[in-house]
Amino acid sequence: MIVSEPISRSVAGSAPNETFVLNLGPQHPATHGVLRVKMTMDGEYVVRAEPVCGYIHRMQEKMGENRTYAQYLPNTSRIDYLSAMNYTHGLVGVVERAARIQVPPRAEYIRVITSELNRISSHLVWWGAFLLDLGGFTPLLYAFDDREMILDLLEGITGARLTYCYYRFGGLYNDVDETFLKGARRFVAHMRPRLKMYRALVTENVILRKRLIGIGPISAEMCRKYGATGPVIRGSGVSYDVRRAEPYSVYPELDFDIPAYPEGDSMARYLVRMDEMAQSLRIIEQALDKLPGGPVMAEKVPRVLKLPAGDYCYAVEAARGRFMVRVVSDNKEIAYRLKLRTPCLSNLSLFEEASQGMLLADALALLGSLDLVIPDIDR
Amino acid sequence: MRVVNEKDPNPKMKDNGAPATPAPGAPAPEPRPNPLAHLPLPFQAVDYNLKGYHLEAAVQPGQVAVAAGYLDSEGFSLDTITGVDWLAQGQMEVVYDYFHPTRGLRSVVRARIPRENPEIPTISQVFPGANWHERETHDFFGIRFLGHPDLSPFLLPEDATFHPLRKDFSA
Repeated sequence: MIVSEPISRSVAGSAPNETFVLNLGPQHPATHGVLRVKMTMDGEYVVRAEPVCGYIHRMQEKMGENRTYAQYLPNTSRIDYLSAMNYTHGLVGVVERAARIQVPPRAEYIRVITSELNRISSHLVWWGAFLLDLGGFTPLLYAFDDREMILDLLEGITGARLTYCYYRFGGLYNDVDETFLKGARRFVAHMRPRLKMYRALVTENVILRKRLIGIGPISAEMCRKYGATGPVIRGSGVSYDVRRAEPYSVYPELDFDIPAYPEGDSMARYLVRMDEMAQSLRIIEQALDKLPGGPVMAEKVPRVLKLPAGDYCYAVEAARGRFMVRVVSDNKEIAYRLKLRTPCLSNLSLFEEASQGMLLADALALLGSLDLVIPDIDR
Repeated sequence: MRVVNEKDPNPKMKDNGAPATPAPGAPAPEPRPNPLAHLPLPFQAVDYNLKGYHLEAAVQPGQVAVAAGYLDSEGFSLDTITGVDWLAQGQMEVVYDYFHPTRGLRSVVRARIPRENPEIPTISQVFPGANWHERETHDFFGIRFLGHPDLSPFLLPEDATFHPLRKDFSA
């Protein structure tokens, strides 16, 4: 006589209650670096995704406390290596604020031009890599082709292709030449039709739209609670941009829009970055038109700087959001405390809450749409 | 098919070079004396051009979660949390940075705790984003955030027992 088990107690019946742990990373292409995500899965669905950070932690803040500001300056290019210009701007900004150094206008305009070029090159890497995550290989080649023009331009004036360290306390390492100015104009003229082509090639692609629209919604409230900034908060409809909220350099003299999309899904974050590239081109063009003559270095900046005692902050809008440097000085050549507030850490911190209940493939699309650079998290 | 603009309820991308209309919610950066004067917190206005923030308040350690609650209700967002080790005074300072996503305001809340017993309540129940910042501050300074769900090492190795940003730390 065969007595059948009740279905709920059989193996097949209990399967839906079982979860398993899926280890993503730390050496996984979709995490764009050395990020590990411990995922508890229920079949294809994410129950809990816990990012594990620190694999490339270098104690950047301790390094800031055992060398002079000038010695620390090259480190700033190595935090978010894709938008190094903006990060150097953060440190020179805080030192100039504390030491009350007036930067010549020509240097400020060149800073804006190079920062915006860097923002475009950073967004191009994101664009190519993000689409690679989603299964499209070709766009990466287009993106790197265009990015190459920017890298060549910046290499011409800084000598480096990624870790520029081009800004100095009080100005710039050197002035730009005609080759750069002509090249920058040529790039703007070249990039505008390319962005149109990107739109026709990728943005309007139905597969991409189905992968992104409505996927990974992040509310403006969640951004606020986690301190998410940059394209993440602007993709949730809040037009928060440090260039407007806490204007610095010569951004107030330039005319540009802050793209924001209220949907909060991965598509919104995608579109914000695509629009930002167009806005950066607009900024570059205006700054090239308005570029004044004159020196690119303030006069009489001491070789070894001592900042007056006190605490100072300076924030910039980096490609991934709000980057802030806080320096606590005790009137010595070396900072007493140097804190780096990096955008990727806050942007990633909402992933656990935002990814709950998503399909794994969609969670990876969400992760890609956050545009993480891991050394920016780990520092 | 116009993909970008069809999603934008308020198309701002114009090709005619007209001056941009201020984005909705764009903050006005002019200095204000103390927009948080109505809060029962000792906020002082400071010169933004000198310091890089608009308001600052030194509170008792027990008040940091209350302060976070007030700033939360004002619509602030958590920027970061960090510590400063004042070795000579025998104190640890915990610094909470906030920014306002629409009003362009930056405010700082500070609290000092004794260095030999560095404990302070967590604010992660108010701002869940504080979780990682507090873990990082615990890593670097050994400051214990009471009520924090998990103070395991965040950036340091998982078996780390040292706190490298303490001023008496040497490798």
